[in-house]
Amino acid sequence: MSEKESLFSAKNRKLIFNPLSKDNPIVVQVLGICSALAVTVKMKPAFVMTLSVLVVLSVANVLVSLIRNLIPNRIRIIVQLVVIATLVILVDQVLKAFVYDISKQLSVFVGLIITNCILMGRLEAFALGNKPWPSFLDGIGNAFGYGIILMIVAFVRELLGSGSVFGFKIIPDAWYIKNGGFYENNGLMVLSPMALITVGVIIWIHRSRNRDLVEQK
Amino acid sequence: MENLLNIFIKSIFIDNMIFAYFLGMCSYLAVSKTVNTSFGLGIAVVFVLGITVPVDYLLHNYVLREGALEWLNPEFGINGSKTLDLSFLSFILFIAVIASMVQLVEMVVEKFAPALYSSLGIFLPLIAVNCAILGGSLFMQERDYNSIGEATVFGIGSGIGFFLAIIGIAAIREKIRYSDIPAPLRGLGITFIITGLMAIAFMGFMGINL
Repeated sequence: MSEKESLFSAKNRKLIFNPLSKDNPIVVQVLGICSALAVTVKMKPAFVMTLSVLVVLSVANVLVSLIRNLIPNRIRIIVQLVVIATLVILVDQVLKAFVYDISKQLSVFVGLIITNCILMGRLEAFALGNKPWPSFLDGIGNAFGYGIILMIVAFVRELLGSGSVFGFKIIPDAWYIKNGGFYENNGLMVLSPMALITVGVIIWIHRSRNRDLVEQK
Repeated sequence: MENLLNIFIKSIFIDNMIFAYFLGMCSYLAVSKTVNTSFGLGIAVVFVLGITVPVDYLLHNYVLREGALEWLNPEFGINGSKTLDLSFLSFILFIAVIASMVQLVEMVVEKFAPALYSSLGIFLPLIAVNCAILGGSLFMQERDYNSIGEATVFGIGSGIGFFLAIIGIAAIREKIRYSDIPAPLRGLGITFIITGLMAIAFMGFMGINL
């Protein structure tokens, strides 16, 4: 790597755009499923969750990358956990202060960003071996990849389950059966199993468009 | 006693870690290829949850919660003049407890049960970053259990819930390898959908009022 590499060289751009589809953290690397599914009933909490992960992941990537040569190999997991936990506490306090109801809805899942596999996975796989700037881009890219899937799942679940998008009513009130119409929300979409099945279907579509990702028998 | 039994049943079936809250999905998906390995991981999770939840319970009730430090100085108590609320530190302390407990458990198991150690081997250190473990402690904090007994039972029950789920999916995955699945769904995709179907089945327990 040359010192004069420009900030947005082709290689660095790849760090941001690859995780969006080809190297997506959720559907390809299988990281961070735990929190992804539980917060996707509505789009708003999913969006807040994405922002929190974006902040924690990019900052943690930079910090760990800065101290990567000082961490003894044996205790690196504890060091990473401390860095992540500190950032998550900050994010949690900010959420509690400014968007209290969403913070209540997310309940334990903000805390669970600490054990979100995306963080440990990217820190181990990337930040420990790369300079701060590429690590920062890698963090941003992966957080966006995570966010895209979250938003798609939340969009499907909120539209079919509550008839709204981002809290705005899409289905007119007059369509509902109770108002003499023909439409009824699909209550199953709000329940947790449908999150799994929605992600399963997304994986199906994604892999049938990218044949090289299909698993061998 | 009845209360403990209720919490136990509830944490296994109704509030199942995997099917109701998706906690520990990462290791659940990664390790469930064969029944043998998932058995090892399941036992390790039960073990670690059974230890960390009560320890974190003590920490929460005697150090972290508002006014919990009363035993140190009455002024720190909830009615004292200098009430202390350290609950913002809970994430970092819980994860520290979990990481050190996992190390401790690893050493103890290595010393006293080498056979178990060699079969658990790689899974024990991985457990420190399993969402189900931290999730157990955070749920314990949120639900405010009344005694350390309840917290312990909740920890072990959630562990068993995870254990059941991972054994179930591993058994299904071993069989499904010979089925004719559309190529893009093979592996990860079908596992998600099966887990979804299992979760729907587990929702049958939801009506039980304990």
